[in-house]
Amino acid sequence: MITTDILIIGAGPTGLFTVFEAGLLKLRCHLIDALPQAGGQCSEIYPKKPIYDIPGFPEILAGDLTTNLLEQCKQFEPGFTLGERAETIEKQEDGSFIVTTNKGTKHKAPIVAIAGGLGSFEPRKPPIPNIANFEDKGVEYMIREPELYRDKKVVIAGGGDSALDWSIFLTDIAKSVTLVHRRNEFRGALDSVEKVQELKDAGKINLITPAEISGVVGDNHITGVVISKNNEDEYVLETDHFIPLFGLAPKLGPIANWGLEIEKNAIKVNNALDYQTNIPGIYAIGDVNTYPGKLKLILCGFHEATLMCQSAFQRIFPDKKYVMKYTTVGGVDGFDGTRKEAPKAVVKSID
Amino acid sequence: MEQDVILKITDRDGVLHEIEAPTDMAMNLMEVIRSYELAPEGTIGVCGGMAMCASCQCYVKSDHELPEMGIDEDMMLAEAFHVKDNSRLGCQIPITQELDGLEVELAPES
Repeated sequence: MITTDILIIGAGPTGLFTVFEAGLLKLRCHLIDALPQAGGQCSEIYPKKPIYDIPGFPEILAGDLTTNLLEQCKQFEPGFTLGERAETIEKQEDGSFIVTTNKGTKHKAPIVAIAGGLGSFEPRKPPIPNIANFEDKGVEYMIREPELYRDKKVVIAGGGDSALDWSIFLTDIAKSVTLVHRRNEFRGALDSVEKVQELKDAGKINLITPAEISGVVGDNHITGVVISKNNEDEYVLETDHFIPLFGLAPKLGPIANWGLEIEKNAIKVNNALDYQTNIPGIYAIGDVNTYPGKLKLILCGFHEATLMCQSAFQRIFPDKKYVMKYTTVGGVDGFDGTRKEAPKAVVKSID
Repeated sequence: MEQDVILKITDRDGVLHEIEAPTDMAMNLMEVIRSYELAPEGTIGVCGGMAMCASCQCYVKSDHELPEMGIDEDMMLAEAFHVKDNSRLGCQIPITQELDGLEVELAPES
């Protein structure tokens, strides 16, 4: 069981900044995120895109903002459970919560801060009628264990980086690799496109474009996919595995069943006070929450995180006197023993 | 003074909405649809309008001349689902005078 003061669901910019604000109050944080890396949308969807409305940064790339936020909060030693989705929450008799992920990892904290953005990123599933019957029976929407494909026939569909990169990677493992895409053009990184071209020329990747997979065949396990090409008859291509890689889309997911008040796919909070939800001890901050006048901006998430931490402190230590300190005055004392502070003024007399 | 244009939008439940859209607010079709809440928040404009998610895909049913498709939109549609010949991403269509009377239908959520 992982224990902490504030359990943050979502390691996007709002969640990461929460670690810093909580750290100033000597509260420790642990973050859960369904993605394998921190940064949320900033690192998953648009790391190379510039953002122009982060106060103090006339222009910053979303990926660099993530790097900076990780650097800013590192002395507060946040814990991470990455690549796992928060699934259930149980309130304990002492008022704390236990949150369990889809992989069974348990986390206990007196405060839960949902900073889940638009939800957890799930693979986009192509609308092939019978595909659901073959999930985990030869159809996988993400590659967890490459060894599964050793000496197997594999068909990958998609035109982005993950489709290209996995096609390249699996040529060394699988018996055969077929890549199917609706266009002749690919939007992945140039290096990857060139590598696939090389492997195609060397006969190591069977490239079928422009084409689409319109069906899946098999009994208990997939045995083939139906390939549709413009103006040509459909045919079945034999395969042991079909891996559709069409990117990820956020879904609110299991959080929607936690008994929280939901409106417009977001969690209602008290914005007059502290961004607490209808369940005391559970807060929602950043894009995942809603209130009158809500704006889904990173800078609003930062503000919400800051106020939320003050409220969390009072919940954990109801009798402790506390006043907010400016970091310029108080400095920053990390849990790792480091201290940042303003340099002392140098006094020198004039004779 | 620029005038509002009328758009005919069929939502994902098949209901037709005739709405007025301003041409002087730098809005695109996805944003207009969101501002009228013709699709639930979180199911449209997920990426914010960067042509990176296809949640604002729509089918253009009238023969208005639309801005040419950019490479980002083209490549996103190459990976989207339920794509037809008349598919476009709403976020890549700015609202202009020329769009008066435009008819579109929202593609299914995916």
